[in-house]
Amino acid sequence: MGSYIVRRLGGAIVVLIGIAVITFLLSYALPSDPARMILGMRASQAEVNQLRIQMGLNLPLYEQFWRYFINLLHGNLGQSYQLDMPVTELIEQRLGLTAQLALAAWLFELIIGIPAGIIMALKDRGFLDHTLNVITLIGVSLAPFFLGLELLYWVAFKANLFPAGGSGGIMYVILPGLTYGITGAAYYARLLKTSMLDVLNSDYIRTARSKGAGMWRVVFGHALRNAMLPVMTYGATDIAALFGGIVVIEDVFGYAGVGSLAVNAISQTDVPVIMGTVIFAAVFVVLFNVVVDLLYGLVDPRISY
Amino acid sequence: MSQMMTTPGGLEQTLAYPPKKQSSKFVRVLKAYPLVFIGGIMVLFLVIMAVFAYKIMPYNPNYQFPNGLAMNGAPLAPDKQFIMGTDELGRDVFSRVLAGAQISLEVGVFASIISLFIGTTLGIISGYFGKWVDTIIMRITDIMLAFPFVLFVVALVSVLGQSVSNVFIALGVLGWAVTARVVRGQVLAVREFEYVQAAKALGAPNWRILFKIILPNIAGPVIVLTTLAIGNNMLAESTLSYLGIGVAPPQASWGNMLAEGQQVFQYAPWMLYYPGLALTLSVLGFNLLGDGLRELFNPRRVR
Repeated sequence: MGSYIVRRLGGAIVVLIGIAVITFLLSYALPSDPARMILGMRASQAEVNQLRIQMGLNLPLYEQFWRYFINLLHGNLGQSYQLDMPVTELIEQRLGLTAQLALAAWLFELIIGIPAGIIMALKDRGFLDHTLNVITLIGVSLAPFFLGLELLYWVAFKANLFPAGGSGGIMYVILPGLTYGITGAAYYARLLKTSMLDVLNSDYIRTARSKGAGMWRVVFGHALRNAMLPVMTYGATDIAALFGGIVVIEDVFGYAGVGSLAVNAISQTDVPVIMGTVIFAAVFVVLFNVVVDLLYGLVDPRISY
Repeated sequence: MSQMMTTPGGLEQTLAYPPKKQSSKFVRVLKAYPLVFIGGIMVLFLVIMAVFAYKIMPYNPNYQFPNGLAMNGAPLAPDKQFIMGTDELGRDVFSRVLAGAQISLEVGVFASIISLFIGTTLGIISGYFGKWVDTIIMRITDIMLAFPFVLFVVALVSVLGQSVSNVFIALGVLGWAVTARVVRGQVLAVREFEYVQAAKALGAPNWRILFKIILPNIAGPVIVLTTLAIGNNMLAESTLSYLGIGVAPPQASWGNMLAEGQQVFQYAPWMLYYPGLALTLSVLGFNLLGDGLRELFNPRRVR
């Protein structure tokens, strides 16, 4: 177990360094000059040059990377050009809202995906199986922003059931969460169906059935708990990705989370904010996955390292 | 009621049951894997629409019709002249949807070919040679998968500059990680087969084992992945164009049409329906096809 933790953490550190290198190279390669972006178009070339020296933009590449890297280690993601605030602070302000939305989106995925998966497994190759398969595939095929816009139009604008965008309470996370749930539920349904079929074909389920347990009891009392294991593995990585990944949906619904921060930064070419949100999401995914992997050993007695 | 049958050896036999009518192979496959056909037809339809887009479209997609707007300046609802209505500049939505089909398919296909090439190469190297090569490649894969895909692509497109070819290059260069992982897993499995070991023992060179044994064995999953990837890349392209960093206006793309439609969708909902529907159906076609192929290629035929 000890050596596994060391190896897992070692791997994660390598990945984190790789993330830092890639984001640094991307922002270095950007055609826009950071000093010019900060000072604006009207500043003189002399002023821009002076700021470039101040910011260390004239240093050799490796020295610039070293500065960038040390800053990263201190949790410093740079300063936004447009909002004149540290990127870390901007992300921090919006993290709570994004967390709420990520959670809602995840719950919707489960609410749709798990019943669909159970039914698909029980009716394997039957009419219901094929129908649900196609329905969930349609969900995956929908562009989230298109579905979001349509939901806005019909549910918020025409039927007036929900606020048409904004953020701040449970009413505001339902539509964007549902949008994500519909487009993401298929993966859960698929995964659960496959693992459910495996479990339903196992000996202990056959024993339970032969002792007279009803299908309902077998599924919910015995099979589901075991079949959920691979689903929860995927669910853990999924919710980590949701923290940085609901970019476009947030924008569609005018939800003031990290995602719409990123979209605004894109339209204003606010490079530190774009890179900051990218790093934030990537680091979150890596760390979250490490924690989940390590927790597995504690939760599942069958796993030994 | 008994029936006679002649065996290949020339013997006459009495059958206890009348022989079951064997339907043609085509019908049997169609029955077993309806998804392949539905998806295939949808994809074929899309390809025809995209390839002949400029022959089919009734008008120039960028022409702003003087009669394309209502008196109050609002877009026109679908009618006889403009079967999908007009947009806020009085352009024909139908022609723009067709033009968008071409861009969308182009980006989807080229991006998928790039990531297919990178992913398969790295996956084979990783799985076949193992050891430290494997460790390095898999770490890079982990790094690629950690990034939020859309933002990552956005960052790369802003470095490369905004153009259609840069969009598919960015999507392709950043989207190979899943393919690499799947191919590596497949290679690892195939590598342990006894006939591969035998070929090695007989002194077959690496390239022979790769091309004669490994490649044919990983072809199925790779074809499935690529089919699904085309759909996903079309979605990604529309997302980028929607965000304003993919295909730049006035060139039509389903993504930027949806972005334009978003401004006026309260009174011109058709500006959302048609590009959105075209996008959804196209991606669905690839997903159905990929899903059907997955079953077709699955030797156990168990999902």
